[in-house]
Amino acid sequence: MSKRKVVVTGLGIVSPVGNTISSAWENIIAGKSGITRISRFDASNFGSQIAGEVKDFDIHQYLSAKDARRMDIFIHYGMAAAIQAVRDAGIDEISQLEAERIGVNIGSGIGGLSMIESTDIAYHAGGPRKISPFFIPSTIINMIAGNLSIMYGYKGPNLAIVTACTTATHSIGHSARMIEYGDADVMVCGGAESCVTPLAIGGFAAAKALSVHNDEPEIASRPWDIDRDGFVLGEGAGVLVLEEMEHAKRRGARIYAELAGFGMSADAFHMTAPCDDGEGAARCMSNALKNAGIDIAEVDYVNAHGTSTPLGDIAETIAVKRCFGSHASKLAVNSTKSMTGHLLGAAGGVEAIFSVLATYHQIAPPTINLVNQDPQCDLDYIPNTARNMNIKVALSNSFGFGGTNGTLVFRRI
Amino acid sequence: MENIEQRIKKIVAEQLGVNEAEVKNESSFVNDLGADSLDTVELVMALEEEFECEIPDEQAEKINTVQEAIDYVTANTSAG
Repeated sequence: MSKRKVVVTGLGIVSPVGNTISSAWENIIAGKSGITRISRFDASNFGSQIAGEVKDFDIHQYLSAKDARRMDIFIHYGMAAAIQAVRDAGIDEISQLEAERIGVNIGSGIGGLSMIESTDIAYHAGGPRKISPFFIPSTIINMIAGNLSIMYGYKGPNLAIVTACTTATHSIGHSARMIEYGDADVMVCGGAESCVTPLAIGGFAAAKALSVHNDEPEIASRPWDIDRDGFVLGEGAGVLVLEEMEHAKRRGARIYAELAGFGMSADAFHMTAPCDDGEGAARCMSNALKNAGIDIAEVDYVNAHGTSTPLGDIAETIAVKRCFGSHASKLAVNSTKSMTGHLLGAAGGVEAIFSVLATYHQIAPPTINLVNQDPQCDLDYIPNTARNMNIKVALSNSFGFGGTNGTLVFRRI
Repeated sequence: MENIEQRIKKIVAEQLGVNEAEVKNESSFVNDLGADSLDTVELVMALEEEFECEIPDEQAEKINTVQEAIDYVTANTSAG
């Protein structure tokens, strides 16, 4: 029996480069950085003082003030992106659809850290009576999926995956599997993150993971450039509507692309460092291509994990060469994190969107700030300017702390 | 300066996401204004914050309407 095909019929985004699909894509193609100095809290005594913050975002466009107050900011972003995607796919009127066949799978790497920090401060100042009855449901990671199902009446699978920076990629990949397997016909899936907070910035900075290009925020995220010095924390959400292809065709939905394959692997190497021979990441990409039944020579574009860390960028370069062999030099490989920063659990969501749009519009986004390419990073990274090109097959990579890897394969329809 | 009744109605409207005009003295939080059990806990916390007092749980359980909240605050805080 051939597997059920899965297509993308809806997109939604909240990001440092825009809070709608059209504005974010326009900025990504124009090579605009969304990185600024941190405004969310006073970061003046932190080593890293820059981030890709979401700007001009108003949750009241999406939720009532009462509902919004009971959700941490990562849930706001996830709900906003999901609502956009649901509307884009035209699945907001449940009466026209089978509620039991629509599921939600939206994760987060860290969850409601902002509210956890503020509630802890309130507790220390005023005791246990200052802890809100909504504290737990405001901060736990599966509440985007929960709240969205309540809002729209989606009664299919409802869950959240937590795998650090691979969260959204795993969420999307597993949602496709649920559709293939027959658990659902439609899945709203992706990731959301918001932890531009003292503890997250402090924690990543203590691990020496963050860029300290504090004086020039817009050039701080510079994957594969010799002067890269760590990632820049970003925030936001990326959500896709996946749908069984015949289901989408029957209702006349717009199809952006096919989600043709999904692969996973573990490095089994180190808590935070990538394995330096690229074995885990290469095997992840190979697994995804094998799952898609696509030959390496058919791949045109890779949306890399590309975080702008000294070790990670080299390891991914080695992994791409290990997986693709001589075809690696023909690939267009970009890192949209050069513009968005690293959205952690949401990264795979916004990058899946950019990969889908790259195949849909036949444009590869650039890697900005690539001025002096590291000689150890010798692929075609689409430096600084977007490129019109044929993109039949696009890959999107995510690699997370713990050594957890995920790759999605999108094919042009 | 608004009086206790006005301040309480404002808090109730904000906490429960209803129009201030809907908030009558006789309104029951659960039966008339759509509050659930978590909403009522949070509402009491908001009253404590506004009137700088601590409402013991056994007292809080008896505050089910706007008027009962007004009566409690009037009798038990310096705001009265």
